[in-house]
This record gives sequence, structure tokens and C-alpha cells, in this order.
Amino acid sequence: MYNDPHPAEVQVLTRRFRLPNSQSIETYLANEGYQGLQKALAMTPDQVIEEVKASGLRGRGGAGFPAGLKWSFVPRHSPKPKYIVVNADEGEPGTCKDRVLMEYDPHQLIEGVLIAARAVDAHQGWIYIRGEYRYLLDIMDRAIAEAYQRGYLGPNILGSGFDFDLYTHTGAGSYECGEESALLESLEGKRGIPRIRPPFPAVVGAFGSPTVLNNVETFCAAPTILLRGGHYFADLGSKKNGGTRLFCLSGHVNRPGVYELPMGFPLRRMIEEVGGGVPGGKKVKAVIPGGSSCPILKGDEIDIPMDFDSLAAAGSMLGSGGVVIIDEDTCMVKLAMRIMKFYQHESCGWCIPCREGTMWLKKVLVRFHDGHGAKSDIDLIGELAQNMLGRTFCPLGDAAALPTISIVKKFRHEFEEHLNGARCPYEEHARPR
Amino acid sequence: MPDLVKLTIDGKTVEAPAGTLVINAARSAGIEVPAFCYYEGLSLQAACRMCLVEVEKAPKLLASCTLPVAPDMVVRTETPKVAEARKSMLEFLLTNHPLDCPVCDKGGECELQDMVFRYGAGESRFVEEKIHEPEKQWSPVVYYDMPRCILCFRCVRICNEGMGVGALGIVSRGAHSEIAPNHGDHLECDECGMCIDICPVGALTSGAYRYKTRPWEMEHIGTICTHCGDGCKTTLSVRNGKVMRGDNRDASGINGEFLCIKGRYAFDFLDHPERLGGPLVRRNGKLEPAGWPEAIRTVADKIQEVRERGGSFGVVGSGRTTNEENYYLQKFARGYLRTGNIDHRRSGDIGALLATGAPLATAADLYRAAAVLIIGADLSQQHPFLAYQVRANVRHHGARVYVVNPSPTREENRATRVVRGSVGELREVLAKENGLVVVFGDCVQGEDVRKLVEMLPATARYVCLVDYANSRGAFDMGLTPDPGALGLGQMITVPLDFLWVVGANPLETASRAAGFLVVQELFLTETALQADVVLPAAAAYEKTGSFTNTCGEVQRLKKGPATPGVKTDLEIVSLISRRLGFELAAPLPEAVFEEIRRSVAGYGISYASFISGGAVATRPPAGQAGGLSHIRSSRDSMFQSGTLGRYCGVLQSVREKDAVEVRV
Repeated sequence: MYNDPHPAEVQVLTRRFRLPNSQSIETYLANEGYQGLQKALAMTPDQVIEEVKASGLRGRGGAGFPAGLKWSFVPRHSPKPKYIVVNADEGEPGTCKDRVLMEYDPHQLIEGVLIAARAVDAHQGWIYIRGEYRYLLDIMDRAIAEAYQRGYLGPNILGSGFDFDLYTHTGAGSYECGEESALLESLEGKRGIPRIRPPFPAVVGAFGSPTVLNNVETFCAAPTILLRGGHYFADLGSKKNGGTRLFCLSGHVNRPGVYELPMGFPLRRMIEEVGGGVPGGKKVKAVIPGGSSCPILKGDEIDIPMDFDSLAAAGSMLGSGGVVIIDEDTCMVKLAMRIMKFYQHESCGWCIPCREGTMWLKKVLVRFHDGHGAKSDIDLIGELAQNMLGRTFCPLGDAAALPTISIVKKFRHEFEEHLNGARCPYEEHARPR
Repeated sequence: MPDLVKLTIDGKTVEAPAGTLVINAARSAGIEVPAFCYYEGLSLQAACRMCLVEVEKAPKLLASCTLPVAPDMVVRTETPKVAEARKSMLEFLLTNHPLDCPVCDKGGECELQDMVFRYGAGESRFVEEKIHEPEKQWSPVVYYDMPRCILCFRCVRICNEGMGVGALGIVSRGAHSEIAPNHGDHLECDECGMCIDICPVGALTSGAYRYKTRPWEMEHIGTICTHCGDGCKTTLSVRNGKVMRGDNRDASGINGEFLCIKGRYAFDFLDHPERLGGPLVRRNGKLEPAGWPEAIRTVADKIQEVRERGGSFGVVGSGRTTNEENYYLQKFARGYLRTGNIDHRRSGDIGALLATGAPLATAADLYRAAAVLIIGADLSQQHPFLAYQVRANVRHHGARVYVVNPSPTREENRATRVVRGSVGELREVLAKENGLVVVFGDCVQGEDVRKLVEMLPATARYVCLVDYANSRGAFDMGLTPDPGALGLGQMITVPLDFLWVVGANPLETASRAAGFLVVQELFLTETALQADVVLPAAAAYEKTGSFTNTCGEVQRLKKGPATPGVKTDLEIVSLISRRLGFELAAPLPEAVFEEIRRSVAGYGISYASFISGGAVATRPPAGQAGGLSHIRSSRDSMFQSGTLGRYCGVLQSVREKDAVEVRV
């Protein structure tokens, strides 16, 4: 098991995780499994969508787009086949929730996919699992095989006349393939670069057909929503930010792990109470609130409810739920460098600003952290990131720019401390000039 | 007709059909929006981000190359925000782009240079290490320099979409992305050079032009290619009378941005070491150099002698000499020599097509037609531009393509139906095609042409394929035997008293039968070696005049380089005729063309369109019989061009390398 539960948790999606044989269909069926689907099959597609809309469910991958609204964009009466694609690429640094959802309750995901399929009249779907999650492939395939065996997948599911086929498909190590349109390109066997939007996947998705593409966690919420009602789910969270979400605590925290908490849960409580505070009793210097693509929060900015709207108002994002806690002995310059190294490595290379910008920024930050930086480089870093912002083909450029800009702005003094060959104050073994 | 959308661009009211991209709407209003990756006709990318513009009510700058016009849209292309964005894109590009200008062949015609001049970022803030990789050679002609590459992917798209070959791809990712050839370290492709021309910078450069000169040192002359019958415009860049390179810089011809290996590189025959530089006269059984006066005199005296004793003449013309030259040749032959034994190597039954009165199609029609039927031709090999048009038609308009051919051809990749037998098998489905263009090779001739036209819908339009640059013009100008007279095949076996061969090689595998043989040629071909008098002629690239392509479109040639010691065929015929007292007007191509316009049926075209560089469709009337000639296409591959092709080093080197197979 990944970590012990915490009493503050509201276990909805994770309620079956710690049951023995939680992966098996037997356990699933004995614990409300596939009941949401039964309800959905008795409803019309429009009714299913209305229920999901009522839940206030917003995409759990990072963008937070209302799920019910997205599903309603699918032109159901189009002669083209409709598809469901699950984004299980989970590439956002700091995020580790989709893996536990698939590992400990794979059938919940299958049921969620089926409910979405019912909502848009889809009969085929794929789960795109990142290549690094190779071990989950077997788990997922086994669950799918069980579902076929028992008649929850395949033709005439539960005698409803509704057919659905589900397949797993792996990625091969590209963060950009977690971006929905690049994921579709990869699924189709092409180079993993993003597509021109519009049209959006709901209208032109996999193989030119209307596609519902959502994050694992988003689909996993659907069975509960159908079973207990949209309002039940909405009331678990805060206004306009319905439901619970899985938060991933990592970094300098005593109890790292995945915790399901209501939307709007206070960040400070999350760190101190749920996470057990910072090891060694150190102070929190900064927090990445939802994956490395978010603007960073300072230690004195953590009195904030963790939901989409509150974080947006504070100039950051709820993102993917990847909460990374950073203690007072961490070099922020090194953090900025490490983050930029990631984006440079993952930049697909399609557009000029991201391709060249991340490479340039990485090189400057490496040089700077090494102690070979000049004062003008501090402003240069901010300017280059600003030059990428809003001008790239897909949000990866923004994802690289936003944290960088926020780190330079909020921790400028640390950059100044690295000038003139000064030894990094936070590294015991900084490189001498 | 789509609705017109009204929008404002930089304060100007612009009206454009719905679906127009903002970048094009701007261009139509005279506003230039910079772009590297956007290229008309190729798939959209929005990757380079140079075309970002401000749109009112939009939260961020938008790429105008993928933004369709919307009613009441307000676009601004020259604001401080836009200027800053453009400058920063260029600054980003220049981080890894090497400062190679002094040694880069593209200098002076480089789009990156132009943009930096216009939009800034000339001074660099980048002090890190650049990504470097040595330059690679992918084929005799194609070089790739990865650091210079701005990853606009025009080359990949033109090769894949435009040419249907797909020999270029992208490997690795991020700033380490680079273009890669289909065979790992080298290219196996059509060697058309489109990738080199379309590259905005010096990432892809031509090995044939490497380090030779600078673009501003040359004069760039747009003329018509001398090889196949498609009629592409090619640009010869000339310095001091010598062609330094060929490309498609002047893309104003019917072929737009298209040009194949022949049009682009096969000009090297011009200074082949065996190029004739002076006349040759046979004395005592040996061909010996002679001056022009002596050579002309010898020919004229012989003509007079044969004419006076009522001897027989024969004239074999060329599919590569100009309309003006062919017109004069047959005028002299019929008017002075009083012979109807006139012919040229015929490769398609134009006469039979014209006799049906069926409508003709132009090259542009191949791009716009709802459906195209190809009979008995490997278009990509023999008529690559027409193939390009068909391919673009399928790509842009979803046109239907029907192929009737005994063996596989590249057109089948996108064909609706493919038949190995006869057209008749498609009779039913073709009957439903209302906008059909039919392209047929030499397998359809004589009566079969009439039967084909009768079988197909009356709305169908036709192209009769002929081999060479002016094969069609040769027919139109009358280089065909009079009724009852001798055709080409007979002229070389019957012992005529005087046989005059202009720009042809009919005795390639035969011995002469004629009493006296005069040959006008560029080289000592098999026919020339057997001549009594060899007159060195100027090549098409060295002349002004006109060619008519296989679709019947007449276009203007512009003189490029000059070779000392040769004369144009027009001048030669004129000199001989003047010496004999037969009045032909002065050998000025413009004057002769005027005469053609007035007296050749179907050529009464608009002179203004012609002289301004356009392609004007001609429509000779039905009833041009053309006599009973043997009609057979040479079926040149993309690396062959009849006898002329043997003297093109670039074609020979590619053929040796690839051991000639038909590329599908």
C-alpha cells in the first residue's frame, strides 16, 4: 500500500483501496461496483450528462475544464463513431494519483469509461498509459479481461444492447503526450506533437472522430456520481468546485502519499496535519500547489483553500494535485534549474519559443547555479520566460514559463546570492568557481 | 461561392470568402505577415509562431495562418506587442542558428536574414554553447546542415504531400530535432530538389551550386524547361553568360513552386565538353571544321542543285526547337523546297484528338477537375508536373483519380479505381463523372481516340501526352507530312536526295540512306556523325521564342546564357533561305510569333498575356490530319530526356547510382 490513510480524508474514489484483493472484480462487485453503470444504462445519454454537470466535476488532469460540459460537446448524431480515451499519461512532476487509482481499483476506471461511453454513444475506447507505468499494464489488462468475462465489456453489456470494447495502449516516455492532442497523435501511431485547435477532440479526436478524452481521476468519479447523484458529489467540495480530489503530497514532508480530500481543503492543514509537517521541524519555504507547471507559492502564502478558483485568484493553479513541499534549506535557483531541465527535455520541438526557449533557459540556469551568472542574467531569465508565455503552440511553453517567472519574482534575493561566483548557500558541496 | 466575410485588418476593411485564413486575407490587402512554416498548398502547422497577430477580444496573440476570418473581426498586425513577439521568435531561432552567413550559400536570398533585417534581434544576448553537428550530404545534390535548420518542416511536407515521395522525416525531439533522410544516412528519391528550393534558410543546399557564387552576382532568367512536355518555368541564374544554377526562384509559371530534377539541374548539357562550337563540313569523307559562310554556302548550293534537277527533299524537325523555328522550317520546306516530306518524332496522336473536336484541358484544369482519368502513362515519371497537379487536386479537393495502366504507378496511391486492362472496364463509373479530365499516352491513337471520346461524357476534357518541351508546338506549326507524303520512318529509309535534320536523332540506330544530309544539332550525335554538314545550334535556354506544352498552352522563352560559335535554328534557316533568295521575314522571334498569331489556326491568342509571361491556351481546329506517322512515346523516366539527356551529367550520375527502376 502506498501510504496509511488519514482521518481527514473523505474516501470516495479511494474507498475500496485497502480492501483485500481490491483489484478483483469480485471485490468490486461486492462493494457497489458497476452499479453506477446500471443506472446510466437505464438513463438517456442526455440525462447522464446532466448528472455529471450537476456534480460540478472539473477535469482532474490539470486544466480543470467542466467534464459534463466537455461531454456535451460531442455531436452524438454525427455518423462517425465516437471514442473514449483515458489520459493515463500522468507526466506532471509531483503527480502520482492516477497510478494508485489504476493499481488499487482498476474496475472503477472501467466503469467510469463505460458511463462516459453511455453519455456520448461511444462503443470503443483506449486507456493511454505512460510507458513508465509498465507494471500497471498487466493490472489493467487483467481487470479488462475480468470485465469481458463477466459481461461488463463487449457486446450487449448487462443485456442492455450497449456494446463497448476497451483497450490499453502505452506511451513511450514523452510528457508532451499527456497533452490531449499530442496523446491522440501518439495513439494514432504518429509523432507526439500537438494539433491545431479548433477543432477540439470532442468534435475531431481519435482517428478523426468525436472523442471524450479525460484524466483517469475524472472518469473514476463518474460511478459515484451516477450511483449517489451529482449533488452528492458536488456537496463534498466547495462552491463551483465540486467533489473530492486525490492530492499527492511529496517533497519535504513527513508523510508523503496520496490523500483524498474535499475540494477547498486548506493547504496549510494539508501540509501540517495530513502530511505531518516538514521533517526536522523545518520551515516551509515554498510549495508547488499542483504540479511543477504552476506558479509557486511562498511559505507565507499557504493559507489558501485548495480548489480551482481560489488558487487561480492567488495567481497560481490547482493543476494536477501534485503538492510538493519545499523546506527552508532548499536552493530555489536549483529548483528553477531542475524544473527547467525537465521542460527542456520534454519539449517536443514543434514550435520555436518552447523549443529554443526552454533550451536557452536551461543553459542559463545551469550556468547560473554553477556560479557563473551575471546580474543581467536574472532579468534575462524572467524576460525569456515571458517571451515564451502565451506564444507557444501548446501549454507546455506556459508550463515552463510560469514557475520560472514566479520563482525569480518571489525569490530574487536567492538568485542575487549566487552571483560573483558565490558558493550556493544551500549546498554543502557547491561547485567552486 | 462561399459568403464574403467583412473584417478589419490594420484599420483597412477587408472582404474575404468565408474560410480564408487571416494571413491570406491580410496579403490580399497588401499587408505582409511574416511566416516560416506556413506555405500555401501545404498542410497547416502554426509551429513557427512568426505570424502571431493581435485580435481584439482575444486574450493572447493568435497565429494568423490557422485563423479563419470571422465577421467584424478586428486584426492588428503592427502593434508593439506583435513587434516584440516577432523579435523574440527570431531571437530564439538565432540561439542555435550559426552565424554562417559569410559561408552559407543562402546568403542574400535567405528568409531568416530578411526577417531579422525587418523585425530585429540582430544582436544576440545568447552566450551559452550552441548545439552543433557537422553538415551531412544525403545525395549528390542534397546537403543538410542541422544547426542552420529552423525546423519549419517545409521540406518534409513538400516531399511527402507535394511530391508523394515522403523521403524526409523528423527524428529526435526538442532542440535536438532534425530532419532525416529515408535511408538513414542518404536519400533515395526523385532528386527533384524541391526541398532545397523550399528551405527558407541554408539548411538544405544544392551540391551542384555549392560555394560557386552569390545570388546578386547572377541574372535570374525565367524561361521554359527544355525537357518534357509539361511546360514548367525554370529559373536559370546566369553569370557572365554561363548558367551557374537552375532553380524555381521565379515561381510565376503554371508550375508554381514545382520543378523536377530535369527542370532544375539538367542544364549542364550547355557546357558539356562535346558541345559543338562551330560548323563541320565533310571533305574527303571526314567531317572537318569550317566557317559559317562556307557551311551555309555548302548547304544552300546543294539545295539549289537538288531543286533544279527536281530531286527529293525531306525535313525532320524537333520537339525541342521553338514554334518560331518550326514555323519557319516548314514554311521554307513547303514554300521553297516544295516538299511535303516534313515530320518530327511524334509521341502522341494530337491530330486524332483535335479531329474529334473534344474540349481540351490545361495544366490548371488538372488541379481543379472533380475527377481525373489517366490512361497508359506513368505520370510521375514522364510528366512530373502534371502528376503534381493531380496529387495536389486530390489533397486539396479530394478529387477522384482513375488509373488505367498495365503496371503500377505512383498515382495509384491515391486512386479511386485502378484497372490493368482497358478503359471500358470503367465505363459505368466514368459515365457519372461530370467534370472529368482525361490524360492519355501513346497507347490511345488513331481510331481509339475517337472511340474514347465517344465512350466518355461529353463534358470531359482531354490532354494528349507528348514527350518533349515543344512536341505539341511542332505538330501545331505543321511539322507533319502532307497527305501522301513521307513520314519520319520512311524519310530515313528512302534514299532522298537531301535530308535536313533539325534537333533530332533519327539515325541513332540506323545508317543514312539520303544522298546529302544536313544536321542542326548541339552535339555530334549518331545522326550528326553521318552528316555532310553539321550546323551547331543554340539550345532552347539560349533563345527567345515560344514553346507549346502538351496541354496546348503556349509560353514565352527568355534567352539565358550564350554559347559562342552557335546560331539559333531560326537564324540558320533564315541565312540559308536568304542566300537562296526565298524571303522569310527577319529572324526576330517576336516578329515571327506575330506572323504565327496571324496565320496559324488556333494561335490567334492574346499577345499581352503571352508577352507578360502567361501561359495561353491554343485551340487548333479539328481537321489537322497529320498524316500517317508512326506515333510512339519514348517513355523517358524522370532521369532520362531522350538524346539530350545523355549529355546531362547530373541525370547520368543519378541513373548510375540508382540503377534505374521505375519509382512507384
